[in-house]
Amino acid sequence: MTQDTPQPALALRDVHKSYGAQHVLDNVSLTASRGETLAVLGRSGAGKSVLLKMIIGLQHADAGSICIQGQEIGGLGLAALNRLRIKMGFVFQHAALYDSLTVEQNVAFPLTHHTTMSKSERSDRVGELLSSVGLEHHRGKMPSDISGGMQKRVGLARALALRPDILLLDEPTAGLDPITSGEIDELVLKLQREHNLTSVIVTHDLRSAKTVANRLVLLENGQVALSGTFQELSNSEDGFVREFFKRDFIGS
Amino acid sequence: MINSLLEWTGDLGSFSWKVTRAAVTRPFELREVVRQLDELGSKSLPLVALAGAAVGAVLALESRSSLAHFGATSMLPAAIMYSIVHEMGPIVTALVVSGRVGAGIGAELGAMRVTEQIDAIEASAVNPYKLLAFSRILACIVVLPLLTLVADFSGVVAAWITATLADPIAFQHFLNKGLSGVTVSDFLAPTLRTCVFGLIIGLVACFQGMRTEGGTEGVGRSATSAVVLSSLLVIVADVVLVKLILVFFP
Repeated sequence: MTQDTPQPALALRDVHKSYGAQHVLDNVSLTASRGETLAVLGRSGAGKSVLLKMIIGLQHADAGSICIQGQEIGGLGLAALNRLRIKMGFVFQHAALYDSLTVEQNVAFPLTHHTTMSKSERSDRVGELLSSVGLEHHRGKMPSDISGGMQKRVGLARALALRPDILLLDEPTAGLDPITSGEIDELVLKLQREHNLTSVIVTHDLRSAKTVANRLVLLENGQVALSGTFQELSNSEDGFVREFFKRDFIGS
Repeated sequence: MINSLLEWTGDLGSFSWKVTRAAVTRPFELREVVRQLDELGSKSLPLVALAGAAVGAVLALESRSSLAHFGATSMLPAAIMYSIVHEMGPIVTALVVSGRVGAGIGAELGAMRVTEQIDAIEASAVNPYKLLAFSRILACIVVLPLLTLVADFSGVVAAWITATLADPIAFQHFLNKGLSGVTVSDFLAPTLRTCVFGLIIGLVACFQGMRTEGGTEGVGRSATSAVVLSSLLVIVADVVLVKLILVFFP
């Protein structure tokens, strides 16, 4: 974890989000420094994915502020927001690959729309990205022809295409077997080391959080219940934290 | 009911504004527009030609027996030509396209919405209102008049074949009699009004698809509502446009 940058890569302050009478997030504040990996944990429906989607502007906060590299995203127009989105990569829970495009076209999608690369340069960059996720031999396949784990890796390659500063991952290991989950964790770690990315990972998987994150944030009833290193959380006396760790980790 | 209607209309207005704004900013996604022209236009061609031919044949059969009552069978080519070009060609094309294309767009965009593909497009800093909606709406506006000409032509040919089976007549003669007294505006106004039908079909289908909620069941609902609403609005628009055409091109 590096703390040498004066301004956090990502800062949420008193963020509130409701759907009708349901308060999903209630005064949530958190920051991530450049190069830091933050794991957001919590029960299903705790608002973890909503939090991630608000960071990239897919959903809007009812109150509070979200700053990316010092820039508040709340009042931004679409063009300015898109300039900021280019600096972020988003890996969706179910990969969200474009099912009418091949693996190669999926990874090339951001490059096609945001760079002036020639076809051969684009092809080289896609090859490099697919190679980094171990899928260089699957570039001509359709998303429906590859496994769920492979789809997530393609999603990761697509998210990294524009060399983002910030990577947002929504349950990257959910629904995967332990071996594939471990491979994805290793891949995320490797990419973080190579590119010094700031990452926010939403996960239920404590093992994965322990492997990849510098700091963990536990959400309970829409609020940050606790934040700290894995060791600090695992030593916590808080009832909810103990229950969460017992159910998800210590028991195994 | 009234509240839902007002809410739907407001949401459609907001959607139209976002598409319009997206349409006038760079990049114009021309490659996607060309792909949609092929997807929505070329692939609808056989269906439209067949529907046009069926209408032409039925018109020839029905009109012959009606005109025979008044001893006016010589008016058959003109009556058929007038019916096809003015009303049957445009409306049949629009309804066939709203069925095929409306359902296709509603289901495709609906599936993209529920599988977060539209979110992924937005997260990639690409405007989905331009990439997905504008390209499809523009393709619908362009292909509808062209498909209408195909329906008109196949309708006239089928009508001639049907007519000539009962009373042989050369195709050239059939056309000459049908086109006597017909001006360019007789063709132009009815054919160009299908651009409005294309706008309605594309806009409603994209809107219904992109607001899909509720998983695969929601996708089914979007596909159905895209067809039902666009067909209904095309018929309503037809009444209004025919009245306007009669006022401005008497």
